[in-house]
Amino acid sequence: MSIRVEQVTKRFGAFTALDRLTVEAKGGELLALLGPSGSGKTTLLRIIAGLEHADEGVVRYEEEDVTGTHPRQRGVGFVFQHYALFRHMTVFDNIGFGMRIRKESKQVITQRVRELLHLVRLEGLENRFPAQLSGGQRQRVALARALAVQPKVLLLDEPFGALDAKVRQELRQWLRQLHDEVPITTIFVTHDQEEAFEVADRVVVMKSGRIEQVGSPQEVFDHPANPFVMDFLGHVNVFHGRVHDGKMVAGGIEFNAPENSANAPNATAYVRPHDVDLTRIPESTESIRVKILQINPAGAVARVRCYSEEFGITLQIDLSRDRYLALKPVAGEELFASPRHARIFSPKEDYSI
Amino acid sequence: MSSAITAPPPAGLKKRRVLPGLGLSLGYSITVLTLLLFIPLAACFAKAATLTPSQFWAAAWSERAQSAYFVTFFCSLIAAIIDSIIGVILAWVLVRYQFFGKRFIDSLIDLPFALPTAVAGLVYANMYAEHGWFGKWLVPWGIHVAFTKLGIILVLVFVGLPFVVRTVQPLLETLDDDLEDAAELLGATRWQTLSMVIFPAIQPALLTGFALTFARAIGEFGSVIFISGNLQYKTEIAPYLIVSRLEEYAYAEATAVAVVLIVISLILLVIINGLERWNRRYD
Repeated sequence: MSIRVEQVTKRFGAFTALDRLTVEAKGGELLALLGPSGSGKTTLLRIIAGLEHADEGVVRYEEEDVTGTHPRQRGVGFVFQHYALFRHMTVFDNIGFGMRIRKESKQVITQRVRELLHLVRLEGLENRFPAQLSGGQRQRVALARALAVQPKVLLLDEPFGALDAKVRQELRQWLRQLHDEVPITTIFVTHDQEEAFEVADRVVVMKSGRIEQVGSPQEVFDHPANPFVMDFLGHVNVFHGRVHDGKMVAGGIEFNAPENSANAPNATAYVRPHDVDLTRIPESTESIRVKILQINPAGAVARVRCYSEEFGITLQIDLSRDRYLALKPVAGEELFASPRHARIFSPKEDYSI
Repeated sequence: MSSAITAPPPAGLKKRRVLPGLGLSLGYSITVLTLLLFIPLAACFAKAATLTPSQFWAAAWSERAQSAYFVTFFCSLIAAIIDSIIGVILAWVLVRYQFFGKRFIDSLIDLPFALPTAVAGLVYANMYAEHGWFGKWLVPWGIHVAFTKLGIILVLVFVGLPFVVRTVQPLLETLDDDLEDAAELLGATRWQTLSMVIFPAIQPALLTGFALTFARAIGEFGSVIFISGNLQYKTEIAPYLIVSRLEEYAYAEATAVAVVLIVISLILLVIINGLERWNRRYD
């Protein structure tokens, strides 16, 4: 079932949480709402669930207008950041809650709870109380409870936000797998771009109650629509300069800027840390002389922090392990940084960060 | 010598506890409890023990005494039940709603703790007497409050009011709003959410409040004696019986009644405590 939010506005006093926002989740899709805190992503999710009322605009499930429908009647499965399990009920009773409300027979409930326990891999824990489970287990119970009523839509509000890194990683992969097995339209809210990219079919990047960009993880990462998205999706090195004849000139270096046809006196080049190479001798005239400040080689990439006197900025460079081992830079050394790829934004398209 | 070899952990580390001062604080607690609770209680039992079994039985289980126990426990139970209902509603209103004068009402709740209970007894007795503010409307309808069990229950409700409010209120305040949203999204009506989610969550605190109210009511004296009229076999409460025995200089007989009161109260409180524990089994 598809979900459409049309021109929805929500204000809390003087604060506008959502500003005439339109977005659609296609049937069976796993959509991520990604944005910093205060971007309105949770409010949007709660409006879709019916827990919050939009001041203006329409929410549609398929073609049906559900704007005024009570959350009880919406057939929504909702998973909260802090689980919201009923602590006086066992795992079994938590998962079976929705079915008991619907007056299902004992056998049906037992049967379905068994299936769900298998699905969320918690067999044998049905008689535990939530307090006796780990965070990851609790969240899986919450998910099973939401799925028990066979919802048409699954909404997850920062579902892994309260868990530690390793569990979060596991649950992400598991959620993706689960969605492939049970392909129900799912919208989940996160502020973690890695999480969004890993799990979602499409990502909606939000800021201040508006949508900045919608697209597949690949599209959004490779072609960020604006400086905000670029910056939000991970560390960037920023160069200021001007665009002239399809080139962006910043100090002594030039970037090709074929997308920016118009000349602009003010432009900004954004370069990802992994798009900068580091060499002992300058690769070209566009190499920047930098002084190594700090190296952190522990990780998939070696993170190098260095300072450019010419630009007066600190650069972040990620070197692959091979490159790092071949170069063996040391702190204090003077090397040359060569940006290989940059995204250039001139003020016309600047949404201001 | 051998213990030094067989005991691997270093001696200095072995006795360390996470919280220092257990020895001191435990000793302190036991001393205080002994002085304030155990010795007076023992003295009471010792005094009662000066009676022969048949004398004890005659003093502690006379018809008048039985009636007094009944009045005490019956009225206390009803008052505790009423306070539980009123208390939960008051706590709910104070936590969930914003209204003018809320903080004033919130502090008013504790008034029965501060007010000398005799004052409450006197005021109630006057109001519900035949020509009192309420009495003049109720008595013609045959509803007698002053000098009846109804009156006793009424003052006990007043005296015990703060307990349930103050035990349930903090729990309601920390109750996660998401729980109600979760229940509603799973299809629960407002009433189902209340009875299946919220009420079970506050139930342990409610039971604690109930036990406190009940215990307080059993021991209440000052307010009751003014409104009950202390009619033997009708509205005489056990504490009053003890006092009247004392006035007759029958000290041992008075303690005999006290011992029965203590034993029954203790049994009831142990049962309630057990229920409370069972109620919190999921923590």
